[in-house]
Amino acid sequence: MNFDKEFDASGLSCPLPILKTKKALADMASGQVLKLIATDSGSVKDMQAFADQTGNPLLSSSQEGGKFVFYMKKK
Amino acid sequence: MTTKRMAIIATKGTLDMAYPPFILASTAAALGYEVQVFFTFYGLQLLRKDLSSVMISPLANPAMPMPVPMPVVVQMLPGMESMATMMMKQKLKKHGVASLQELRDVCLEAGVKMIACQMTVDLFEFDKSEFIDNIEYGGATMFLGFAGDTDICLFI
Repeated sequence: MNFDKEFDASGLSCPLPILKTKKALADMASGQVLKLIATDSGSVKDMQAFADQTGNPLLSSSQEGGKFVFYMKKK
Repeated sequence: MTTKRMAIIATKGTLDMAYPPFILASTAAALGYEVQVFFTFYGLQLLRKDLSSVMISPLANPAMPMPVPMPVVVQMLPGMESMATMMMKQKLKKHGVASLQELRDVCLEAGVKMIACQMTVDLFEFDKSEFIDNIEYGGATMFLGFAGDTDICLFI
């Protein structure tokens, strides 16, 4: 999937992956896609909840090489 | 969609109890909530410029997981509090948990309003110079003005 920005939150625990996502999205234009990599298993539900509550669509949530990979579009 | 509001009353100043207000406030702010945190009594410790003094005691903390069981008579020995604090900080760092400083900075950047309870500042004879600058000073009446109309109101 194409993305405009990537943030590697590996090794960071709740709530950092979400806080970093928020910060990354703030600098992006509407429609751009953020790729987030995380090792925190809680981030799976957190990213979905973040998408639901902020309206930034979560395009995909998967595992790659033992890490969690998310693609989120800025609304 | 109206903005949701969250109020937190932070009354504790130990390392374990410092995390819930800052994590909840920063996360709510990230989700677009308008957040205000009222720091009173021992919560004032969390507004100090230097957060490295925030500690945790092993004494009378039976719910705290310990690597080895520690009898109370050992918990109260000099140095045990510093050791417990050091071990907790190491554990937090190892697991990639944000430091209190980092969480507080995120809160402030995100516009979380932090209010120090004027009464307890006076009670403990603290000086404003000991606290961070970008906070307000106020009382219960002032805070209830905000807290009375929130979606989430927490006492920590």
